[in-house]
Amino acid sequence: MKMTLRMVTANRLHDGAVVYLAADDDWTRNVESGLAANTEDADKLMTTAEEAVHNQLIVAPYLIDVEVDVQSSRPVRPIRFREQIRAKGPTIFAPAAE
Amino acid sequence: MYQYDQTDHTLTRERVTEYRDQVSRRLDGNISEDDFRPLRLKNGLYMQLHAYMLRVGIPYGMMSSDQLRMLAYIGRKYDKGYGHFTTRQNLQYNWPTLEDTPDILENLASVEMNAIQTSGNVNRNVTSDPLAGVAPDELEDPRPYAEIIRQFLTLHPEFSWLPRKFKVAITGAEDDRAAINVHDIGLKLLKNEAGETGFRVLVGGGLGRSPFIGKVIREFLPKDDLIRYIQAILRVYNMEGRRDNMFKARIKILVHELGIEKFASLVEEEFQASEEDVLFLGQAEEDRIKAFFAAPDYADLSDDSPEVIEMSSGNEAFAQWLERNVLAHKQAGYSIVNLSLKPLGGVPGDITSDQMDAVAGLADTFSFGQIRATHRQNLVLADVAKKDLPSLWQELVDLNLATPNLDRISDIICCPGMDYCSLATARSIPIAKRLSERFADLDTLLNIGELRLNISGCINACGHHHVGHIGILGVEKNGEEFYQITLGGSSSEDADIGQIIGPAFSSEDIIDAVEKLVGIYISNREDDERFLDTYRRLGKAVFKEALYDAA
Repeated sequence: MKMTLRMVTANRLHDGAVVYLAADDDWTRNVESGLAANTEDADKLMTTAEEAVHNQLIVAPYLIDVEVDVQSSRPVRPIRFREQIRAKGPTIFAPAAE
Repeated sequence: MYQYDQTDHTLTRERVTEYRDQVSRRLDGNISEDDFRPLRLKNGLYMQLHAYMLRVGIPYGMMSSDQLRMLAYIGRKYDKGYGHFTTRQNLQYNWPTLEDTPDILENLASVEMNAIQTSGNVNRNVTSDPLAGVAPDELEDPRPYAEIIRQFLTLHPEFSWLPRKFKVAITGAEDDRAAINVHDIGLKLLKNEAGETGFRVLVGGGLGRSPFIGKVIREFLPKDDLIRYIQAILRVYNMEGRRDNMFKARIKILVHELGIEKFASLVEEEFQASEEDVLFLGQAEEDRIKAFFAAPDYADLSDDSPEVIEMSSGNEAFAQWLERNVLAHKQAGYSIVNLSLKPLGGVPGDITSDQMDAVAGLADTFSFGQIRATHRQNLVLADVAKKDLPSLWQELVDLNLATPNLDRISDIICCPGMDYCSLATARSIPIAKRLSERFADLDTLLNIGELRLNISGCINACGHHHVGHIGILGVEKNGEEFYQITLGGSSSEDADIGQIIGPAFSSEDIIDAVEKLVGIYISNREDDERFLDTYRRLGKAVFKEALYDAA
């Protein structure tokens, strides 16, 4: 079973990398390790994110919808196509990319 | 090419020092993101989907081999080993970190480069004909004037907070390879009836969500008045341009809303009022700048090259490249060589650091150490001796830079799209890759000829879709990518904005749709008509009907 919950994403200040808010106010590069919440609790996630902005960890946080596996309550993937690309990187092979 | 004087050096180095301090204060938390954003943008640093993006200015696309080597070095050391040439003759890095950007700018400054005014509401890189100074159809080299405008508008205090960004393009040739009709100001060198050389001045052209072809504001502007007249246009724009709505803030909207007559009269008034300003260009300054662009020391060579004749007769691939990618030069015994950054299945405009180093070396060996970037996202070696063409071709083949597709269907202008860009509504690069694969053999098989296909991943039109003979615009519909086709556009002397042909196609169907359009052209073309000519002769209805009928 899957359901839709919300997560906070942002770009890391010092290198611009895409990150997701995880447990213990941590930020992860991996969408599947992020913290998902229902709509009411999403505000709390944003409050945590604003603190991280204040502490020069991240910039421009915002909420996204994610598909969550109910059993494990782990995020599976973002709902919007744009966010899927942000989560996985460019869909095309770049010449000498990692 | 132009070389920095003490003022340029000081200005660029001072800017690096200032920026380094700003970045350090940002990382320490002494500047907020809101305060820092305009500062980083003034130095070409954006935040994109996955990372920061740094845009490096390449004035009118001219690079020395040392500069290109530095761009290669930066790509390798601070990025992922590649860069991306843009439609404004600049180069972008997709993966720099904020912490590294001061060092990148310092490296750039060491080779007389910077990222000043590659973003923000200021005058951007002045673009020009990539064949400036070498094209046979040229009246006069436009680069000295591009450089003079660059100097005038770099860090100009009065024009540092324009309503919106501002773009100037200039050409001195008959064939418009600088897209002057779709720039805020377009300039064309021409002669008046008295035989004097001056400029035709266009204003208010542009693409984006409201595309316009530029309107002639002055049929002939004497050279000496160039700077003062540009000042007058910018002053009127600065005062009258809209600041309440970002989407209506470009000069094209002002010109459209006032009408060209009214706008021209305001400019004329301002121009007359500034007669006392010391902005007279003058022969001495003109000559000083022109000297930087003097022709290289050409050898006395014949146009008949036995090396080329011999290679052409036995080697079909070379002959095809020669026919398609090599252009006539004004100097006997020399050719203009286009390096395609549109290989089969590649990302248009992308180039690896290894390729950049190799091209720099080829420029040193074969083309007086200079390279040009084109607004169609390719490179040019402008001064190659004909006898060297076979050896150069072999090297380019090994580097995958010899795809024989200049101005053909796979020579696609393509924005980064949703693979990189935070503004995009759909991906554009995968469409370009699939089209290049689809037409790899068909191009030659059907002898499609000149066909300019441009792709944008959103309405901001960085991929110039409005002026493609075939334009493709990526949009999002219910969370899925769709692609709208426009036909009949052009950015050359026959400039026009393409017309939307009908409902958008899914990502799956768009490639077939383009092939169908090409098929309609092939079965209707007369004599040596290009796709664009056939479309304009037959009109939209014929293409629309055939495209959607059997679909």
